[in-house]
Amino acid sequence: MSSVTGQESSNAPPVVEMRGIVKRFNQTVALNGVDLTVKRGEVHAIVGENGAGKSTLMHILAGLIHPDRGQIALNGQPVTISSVESAYAHGIAMVHQHFMLLSSLSVAENLTLGKEPTRRGLFDRIAAAQAVINLGQRYNLVVNHAAKVADLSVGDLQRLEILRALYRGAEILILDEPTGVLTPQEAQGLFRVIRELKRDGKTTIFISHKLEEVLEISDSITVLRDGHVTGTLVTSQTTAPEIARMMVGREVFLKFDKPQITPGKPVLECVELCGPGVQQATFQVRANEIVGIAGVAGNGQSELADLIAGLLPSTAGTVKICGQDVTQASVSARRITGFANVPEDRYKHGLAAQGSVSDNLLMGVHDKPPLSRHGLLDLKAIANRAVELIKSFSIKTEKPASRASTLSGGNAQRIVIARELADNKPFILVAQPTRGIDIAASEFVREEILKRRNDGAGVLLISADLSEVISLSDRILVMYDGRIIGELPAAEADETRLGLLMAGIREETTNASKTA
Amino acid sequence: MPAIFDVALLASTIRLFTPILLAALGGMFTSRAGIFNVALEGMMLFGSFFGVVGVFWTGSAYIGLALAVLSATIVALIFGFFVIQFKGDATIIGLAINILALGLTTYTMRLIFGVTGGYYDPNLQGLPNITIPIISDIPLLGQVVSGHSIIVYAAFVIVGLAYIFLFRHPVGLHLRAVGENPQAAGSLGIHVKRVQYLSVILCGMLCGLAGAQLSISIVTQFVEGMTAGRGFIALVAIMFGQAHPVKILGASLLFGLAYAASLRLQGGAIPTQFVAMLPYVATILVLIGTRLRPRQSSTT
Repeated sequence: MSSVTGQESSNAPPVVEMRGIVKRFNQTVALNGVDLTVKRGEVHAIVGENGAGKSTLMHILAGLIHPDRGQIALNGQPVTISSVESAYAHGIAMVHQHFMLLSSLSVAENLTLGKEPTRRGLFDRIAAAQAVINLGQRYNLVVNHAAKVADLSVGDLQRLEILRALYRGAEILILDEPTGVLTPQEAQGLFRVIRELKRDGKTTIFISHKLEEVLEISDSITVLRDGHVTGTLVTSQTTAPEIARMMVGREVFLKFDKPQITPGKPVLECVELCGPGVQQATFQVRANEIVGIAGVAGNGQSELADLIAGLLPSTAGTVKICGQDVTQASVSARRITGFANVPEDRYKHGLAAQGSVSDNLLMGVHDKPPLSRHGLLDLKAIANRAVELIKSFSIKTEKPASRASTLSGGNAQRIVIARELADNKPFILVAQPTRGIDIAASEFVREEILKRRNDGAGVLLISADLSEVISLSDRILVMYDGRIIGELPAAEADETRLGLLMAGIREETTNASKTA
Repeated sequence: MPAIFDVALLASTIRLFTPILLAALGGMFTSRAGIFNVALEGMMLFGSFFGVVGVFWTGSAYIGLALAVLSATIVALIFGFFVIQFKGDATIIGLAINILALGLTTYTMRLIFGVTGGYYDPNLQGLPNITIPIISDIPLLGQVVSGHSIIVYAAFVIVGLAYIFLFRHPVGLHLRAVGENPQAAGSLGIHVKRVQYLSVILCGMLCGLAGAQLSISIVTQFVEGMTAGRGFIALVAIMFGQAHPVKILGASLLFGLAYAASLRLQGGAIPTQFVAMLPYVATILVLIGTRLRPRQSSTT
C-alpha cells in the first residue's frame, strides 16, 4: 500500500501543500512558518503537545481562521480558503474534537444541515434519511437516521461527524484528536473506518498526541513544537521515542520509578455508595497506594468524585475518610478530616480564574493559622506562602498578584496541585490531573502525585488517559454505567483488558467470545 | 353577579390576546436564534405609536399598519445591530430600547399631536372589522370568530406559517441550529449573523403588527406606555410555550382570557385596582409554574 502511495506522489502534486504559514493571536505566535505536505490517499498524522499549533494549522486548512502569511496549494493549485464553505468547496472537512452537532436535532437533520435536500422549498426529510442510510452502507458507518443526537453514544456522534464530512463531498478529512473520547475498542472501529476511507482514495489528516495510535494508523507524520515543524517522518521508519523527542525537545519517560510499598491503613472507604449516576460503589484506598479509576467519560466517575468530595448528596451507603464516617459531612468537614481534592474541571471547581494566583493558593486554608489570626488574614504570611509555593511547584506567573486566568493551562493546574498537595493530607482525590496540559506540566503533576503516595498518602486517581492510569496506579478499578465492574492490579492491566471492561464487557464473557 | 364566561368574553379574549400572541411569536424567532429579547415591549410601543401617526397623516388605516410594522422593524434592526454586530448584552440593550420607546413616543406625541398623556380623535378610522360571510350568521360562533381586524386573522395564519418555517423549512432549521450552537452552525457554513438578523427582523415585524392591533384596531388612539407590560407577558408566553408556535398560541390565549376577565370584572364588587392586576397575577403564576417545571428540550 505504502509503495503505491509512494509512486503516486512522484508524479502527482501533493493533495495539500501549506508553505510558510504564520498565525499570531494578539501577542502570541501560534504558528511561525509552518510547512505541511500531504500526499493523496495517505493518512497523515499531525502530532505535538498542547499549544504546539496543531489545531490552529488545521483550522486554517478548514477555513475557520485565516493565516497572517503563507500559501496553500491543493493538488498543485494555489488556493485561498476564506471560509468553511470554501473549504468544503475544495473538498476539505474537519471533524472537531468537540463535536459540532446539534443535540436537539435528528441525525438526518444534522447530517444535511447547511446543505439540506429540499422538496418544493421545504426540508425533505425522506431524502435526508436516505442520505444517512446510503452513506452509512457505503462506508460501513451505521447510525440510526431518526435518532435524536442527544441520545447517541460518543462513538455514534463521531461516526455522524465523519458521515457529514462525506456528505459534504469531502476528499480530505481532518480529524482533531478523534480517539480522545473513545474506548480502545471504539478507537479500533474508527481506524477501520479510516482504512476504509483510504481504500476509497480519501486523504485523512489525523491530529493526535497519542504516539501508539499515530504509529498504528498513519503513513507519515508531521511533528509540531511551539509553532514550528520539528520533524517530518515516514511512519514505518520511526519510533515512539523519536517522535516524543521531536515533540518535547528532549527525552520523555513514560515509565515512572515507582518503589514497591506495602499499603497501610485505609484512608478512604466507600461501602455500597449510591448517588446520582453511581450505584453501589464499594472500594478502599489505603495509605501509600494510588487507586486508579478508568472508564469512558460519563460512566459515573465524575459523580463518584463529587460524592466523595461532598459536592453531591449520596442516596445510600457510607463514605469514610481516615476511619471517620463523613457520609453526611460538609465539604469543609471532609477537608478537615484529611482530604484534598484536585477537581476535574480546574477552571470551574479548582480555581477562581479572576482571582490572583496568591488568593487561589490560599483558598481552603485561609481560615487557619498561621494564615489567619484573630479572624483576620495575615497578609504577610499569605504572601510568603504564595512565593514559596510558586517556587517549589514552578508556577510560571508574572507575579503572585496576577490573575489565575492569565496563566497557561499547565500553570493553572500547578496552582491547584500546589494548594492541594502542600498540606500533606492523608487522602487525595485527583480527577483528570493532566487533561489539556502539556507534557512537561503533565510529567510534573504525575511526579508530584507519586511523591505524595510514596510519602504516605492514599490517592484516588480518576483519569480518562489510560496510559496515565496504568503507569501511576497500584490498582485499577473500572467504572461502567455507574458501577465498579472490575478491579485489576496495575501490573496485570493493559489497554485491551481495561478497554473491554470500559465497554462493559466482563472477563468471563470475553473469554467466551474469544473461544467462540 | 352576572355570568363572567359568555360569548362576549370569548370575543374580547380573541381581540386582546392577539398582541401578546404576535409579540410572543416575534420573540420566539429571536429566542430560537439564541437572542433573549426583552425589547418586545418597546418594539410594540413603537408600532402602536407609528400606527396612529400613519392614520393621522394619511387617513389610511392600512398605511398606518404598514408604518407600524416598518417602525418596529427599524427599532428591531437597531437592537440587532448592537446585539449581533457589537455583541452587546441583549438584556441591557433590550431595556435601553424599552426606555427609548417610552420616552421617544411620549415626546413625539407632543410634537405631532400637541397633546400629553394620550391622543384620541373620533374622526380617525382604524382598521375595519371584517365580517366573515356565512360564519357571522352562525349564532355564538359568529360572534366569537367574526368581526375582528385583519391582524387577528393574520395572527392565526402566522402561527401556522411560523410552524412550517421553523420545523419544515431549511432556513428554520438553520435558525434553530444557530440558537442551539452558533459555533457548530457556523462550522457548517451557516451564516450565523445573517440568520440572527433575519430573526430580529421577523420579530420587529410581528411586534409592529402587535402594536398596531393595540392602537389602530380595537380603538384608534395612542396612550403613553399603552403596551403596559404586554411585551413582558409575551416573554412569559414564549417560556411557557417552550418557543413553539402552537404552544405559544395556547399560552397567549390564557393571558388574553385573563385580560378579558379583568375588563369584564371592572365595576363589580371587587375593587378595580385588584381586578386590573389579573393578567399580571396570571403571568406571575405561570412564570413560577414554568420555572419549577424541569426544563425540557423544545422541539417538535
